[in-house]
Amino acid sequence: MRWLLLKDLQILRRSPLQAILLVAYPVLIALLVGFAISRDPDKPRVAFLNEVPQGARIATGGTKLPSVGVDDRICGAVECVHVGSRAEAVDEVRSGDVLAALILPEDLVDRLNSLSTLDPQTPEVEVILNEEDPVKAQLVDDRIDSLLAQANLLVARRIASEGGRYLGLVVDGGAFDVLGEPIRILGLRTSASILRALRPALSPGPLRASLDRVIDFASLARDNLDVAQPLIDRLTQPIVVDKQVVSEPTPPLDVFAIAVAATLSLAFVTVLLVAGSLALEREENAFPRLTRGLVSQSALLGEKVGLGIAVGLGVTLLMLAGVQPFVSLDWSRFGLWLAAILAGAAALGAAGAALGAAAREVRAVSLLAFMLTLPIALLSLIPSGAVGGAAYDGIRLVTVLFPFEPALQAMTAALDPAGPGIGGPLLHLAVLAVAYGLLARLALRRFAVV
Amino acid sequence: MAGTATAALEARKLVKRYGDREALKRVDLEVHAGELMAVIGPNGAGKTTLLSILAGILRPDEGEVRSPNGDVGWVPQQAALYRRLTVEENLLLFARLERHPDPRDSVEEMLELTGLGDRRREVVARLSGGNQQRINIAIGLLARPVALLLDEPSVGLDPRQRARLWSFVSALAERGTTVIFSTHDIQEAERYGQRLLVLADGEDLFDGTPEELRAAVRSEAPEAASSDIETAFVAFLQHRGH
Repeated sequence: MRWLLLKDLQILRRSPLQAILLVAYPVLIALLVGFAISRDPDKPRVAFLNEVPQGARIATGGTKLPSVGVDDRICGAVECVHVGSRAEAVDEVRSGDVLAALILPEDLVDRLNSLSTLDPQTPEVEVILNEEDPVKAQLVDDRIDSLLAQANLLVARRIASEGGRYLGLVVDGGAFDVLGEPIRILGLRTSASILRALRPALSPGPLRASLDRVIDFASLARDNLDVAQPLIDRLTQPIVVDKQVVSEPTPPLDVFAIAVAATLSLAFVTVLLVAGSLALEREENAFPRLTRGLVSQSALLGEKVGLGIAVGLGVTLLMLAGVQPFVSLDWSRFGLWLAAILAGAAALGAAGAALGAAAREVRAVSLLAFMLTLPIALLSLIPSGAVGGAAYDGIRLVTVLFPFEPALQAMTAALDPAGPGIGGPLLHLAVLAVAYGLLARLALRRFAVV
Repeated sequence: MAGTATAALEARKLVKRYGDREALKRVDLEVHAGELMAVIGPNGAGKTTLLSILAGILRPDEGEVRSPNGDVGWVPQQAALYRRLTVEENLLLFARLERHPDPRDSVEEMLELTGLGDRRREVVARLSGGNQQRINIAIGLLARPVALLLDEPSVGLDPRQRARLWSFVSALAERGTTVIFSTHDIQEAERYGQRLLVLADGEDLFDGTPEELRAAVRSEAPEAASSDIETAFVAFLQHRGH
């Protein structure tokens, strides 16, 4: 069997394109994944026009609130391209240089301030979108919606904070400016104390009963307004999220990305190589000669799967080493990586052997391997809840029967120290390796037909 | 023909069916050491099926095959070679798979036999069809067979390549290797075969020397006796109902 393995490696070496692809593919994937997981996503470019006069402030009760730094906040969330006019903003969007334009109109602060008057107006900001690319348009939409939600929350908190300060003055008393003139507010607490001090001076009768009622009111109002402050604070963000995770702990995104990339490399290399090299035995007419006493059909299958495991292992380790400069991998788990790669390669190789034996021609096999591996790999990445129940059940059935998903689970478990155990996926892969091996053995019967 | 102790290969009452169709109908065969036998017949006569059964690739539905003195080598019609490997690498691979004690010695022997020593490092895909066929036969010989089966070995070769091939095959027979080859070219069979086995629709119609075949043609189809061998052979087949 080792001579056949050597022969297959010699053939592989003789095809420079194949050999380069086998090395270049994992390196390229490693670099792409490495860059992708080590860089923040690019911010969308947005034209920004702030027409609000400098110095304009949101005011409550005649008091101007401090600046909230709108420009900085917006330009921190998107890449701002500052423009001087609305027309310029529209041109930028039309030309495609920016994905959208955000215009804060001149009267924005006035309209915000009108909210606390008897003639409230709706504050509006203008968003100009270029929806040529629906995905990017959705991204910008989401960013701007998020920005507006943050702005609304900020304004609400400022107003609530000012409202709370006034409530404090009513309850506890203190200093307060009106048109630049300081005014002292007595406050309910002090008022009640003064009234209580006056009470003994009054003889029992209707006047003292009336004073008692005022004291009661002041005390009651003070106590109830005390609880109003946290209530106002809650109104700015009435709902908070309490996240409870019921599934097994999910791996960090970078670990998952590496596992997906490594498993994809392993799947393509192993399935294509094993299926192709088996089909090549028939295309070169060597199969009947080999199996006429030189090697058994089972040994030939074993050699092909062994070839897939050897090359798949090399390619996947190369890919993991390529990712290392971008993400720190826990090399103390190398033994588990090996177990995941070897079991994954064995099951994927057996599936490749079944494909190669069934399709029999190298070109048909290559096409079939791509047509099966790519969609099944993509289906394996669809999370539950992303599609309807019946569709998801169908997807589960397909993905459970192909070794990509258990190989991905094994790889993720091997890479993630906090992840679930690797035993289940390894057992799943072992079962699939045996099942596909038997299928390949059955399909080989057709190979022998002269 | 009665069986003898020197028979290199014997087949008795071979029957092979594909569904309802009988591809071989109780075919007998006995070939002796150093004999060069041609199996001839029109397309679909059962030549490849017979050779595949003799080689052990197909199982007969009835009958048996024996090669009492050793293995039977088989050379398929299309070269069973790895085209991306060199001549030497192909020979070395099969010598190793045949578990030769010194595979490199065997490679040298085959390179000398095929006369391709100077092209040993050439990739097989770059060789002519004739040279590929010589390597194909050399690989069949690596099993050190007592009998070598060649399935239409000259198909696709030009006349010069064909002549070199038959010179090579004849030399093998002279060294004592029994050679059975199939062909549908009656002139080639008559020229290179010491014995001819005529098959038609799975039936063995004739087994004898080329001279005996000509005599049979004269006797059974006298009107075609003076024609060329191919015309006479077709007339013979028609007389036999094929």
